[in-house]
Amino acid sequence: MSRSGPVAAYGPILAVALLLAMLPVATSANTILNSMVMALLIALAGQGWNILGGYGGQFSFGHAVFFGTGAYVTALLQARFGVNAYVAFAAGIAAGAMVGTILGYLSFRSGLRGSYFALVTLAFAEVFRILANATAFTGGAAGTLVKLDVRPENFQFSSRAVFFWIALGLVTAVMLGVRFMERSRFGAWLVAVRENEDAARALGVDTLKVKIQAITLSAGVTAAAGGFYVQYFLFIDANLAYGTWISIEALLVPIVGGLGTVFGPLIGAVALHGLAEATKAIAGRIPGIDLALYGSLLVLAIAFAPNGLQGLMAKIGRGLSFGRAP
Amino acid sequence: MFSPEIVTAAVLNGLLTGAVYALVSVALTLVYGVLHIINFAHGATLTAAMFAAYVAWQAGIDPLVAVIGLAPLFFVLGYAVQRWIIGPASHGEDRNILLVTLGLSIVIENVLLATFRSDTRSIDVPYGFSSVDLGFVFLPMPRVIAFGITCVVALLLWILLARTDAGKAIRAVAKDKLGAALVGIDVPHVYAVTFGLGAACLAVAACVLLPSYFVNPRVGNAYVLVAFTVVVLGGMGSVPGAVIGGLFIGIVESLSGLYFGESLGQLGIFLIFILVLLVRPTGLFGARA
Repeated sequence: MSRSGPVAAYGPILAVALLLAMLPVATSANTILNSMVMALLIALAGQGWNILGGYGGQFSFGHAVFFGTGAYVTALLQARFGVNAYVAFAAGIAAGAMVGTILGYLSFRSGLRGSYFALVTLAFAEVFRILANATAFTGGAAGTLVKLDVRPENFQFSSRAVFFWIALGLVTAVMLGVRFMERSRFGAWLVAVRENEDAARALGVDTLKVKIQAITLSAGVTAAAGGFYVQYFLFIDANLAYGTWISIEALLVPIVGGLGTVFGPLIGAVALHGLAEATKAIAGRIPGIDLALYGSLLVLAIAFAPNGLQGLMAKIGRGLSFGRAP
Repeated sequence: MFSPEIVTAAVLNGLLTGAVYALVSVALTLVYGVLHIINFAHGATLTAAMFAAYVAWQAGIDPLVAVIGLAPLFFVLGYAVQRWIIGPASHGEDRNILLVTLGLSIVIENVLLATFRSDTRSIDVPYGFSSVDLGFVFLPMPRVIAFGITCVVALLLWILLARTDAGKAIRAVAKDKLGAALVGIDVPHVYAVTFGLGAACLAVAACVLLPSYFVNPRVGNAYVLVAFTVVVLGGMGSVPGAVIGGLFIGIVESLSGLYFGESLGQLGIFLIFILVLLVRPTGLFGARA
């Protein structure tokens, strides 16, 4: 994107955040707030994926490895060592970022790209899942509980609205950070790697370094989502932390919302969660019908909006102003 | 340490498990080699085929007989899905293919869930608990049959790819789809045929798996992760690589289960997977990066 002024760059993000922050004022229904917290959590995980996948063009199928590490470190430091929740949360983010650096160093140094990179991330997530499921320290298959002690200094709140605001704050902060990255030299390098890695290297970009930095950032953001998950539910087990569900959600929302855009993950998360809730309401009691409907709509959406929701909106916008497709 | 008899038995058992892995992987590698996509619906297709075999068994047809009907049926289904759903919906873009197959797998899994509920089921065939005595080791009969059928299917597939015109067209599209289109090969048709062949292989795998395994709406996913490993190990797109890789991974799983305990049995697989990806990403039989 062209270099616009800071107001044009950051203003829309703050405006959207302020607008969303009104939600708990408008409604106190726990189901709605709960659903929005989950959407924001997925938006956060998806924004992490977006940094590496959307801007850097490195598709990961295993972001669960970062989500899970963030979650487990946050939970275990509290449950086993009695560490303060906020410190544990920060440590979880750091640990996730570190796993990202190591994974990135190992795989990018061996020149893994495309499907190969995707598969190695998947395999890492699987190794972590099997280990977390079988080790006594992580609680094995029974998982780990964080002690319920609802006090603000424990990062536990009785009101869902507070969790909602925290999640919104995290998502907004990361969106501002991503916008900053987009406008920075590093962001330009990262996009150059996505567009043509060989050309970028020929022009003097240290592509290995850029990719490792990107995966570190990406992992840290997704790990934050994992840590937040633990504080919200006070429980984690191997299949929640390292299961394929979160890897898929994390890549689905930016792709649906708009790959490599600041708003993409948030739009995708809200749209997909809205869709899931709507299909649940329509389908009624039989398990599976709602998700089957959701899957069919996903396929239809890709068939008719192949460039994500933002692409679709842009197309409609162009259609309205010019009356024809470009 | 374990006695040589136990280790031999573990290796042979691993080989038998590996045969099923090989079959699932051949289907995956075939689709990857030609369409250059990672098919996320692979596991769900396997699950669907297992339920089809289960329904056939409830109607009184043994899975090993049902395979004669199910393999062609899944070929037709696979052909139709690629030709009329995945192809048009993905607009030829890789990330859209990924999303469409992901969407399809969600649909398949959940339709199965709504129809059969999440219960785990198994069937009881007359030969289910009989075994083959090799003198020093007993091998379970259903797995020996699975091994035999896998060998036959692999051979048939090899003949198809290497000796027939259809096989030549598939190989041509895999090498260079533009060139293939220029010499008059109908590329969307070849894509769909390949997808259909993959689905048919999965139907065979499902029928040989069912007598010794169980089925629930999520069962296929466990096989897919292993199949990815096998495909990478054997070199993406290489059918012989997938067969040998599958057998090898079966042995690795069996041995690491023996030495590290059952819950860590699959760990060996993924460690090998990561190692191969990092050291030799083209796989043991892959020609190009």
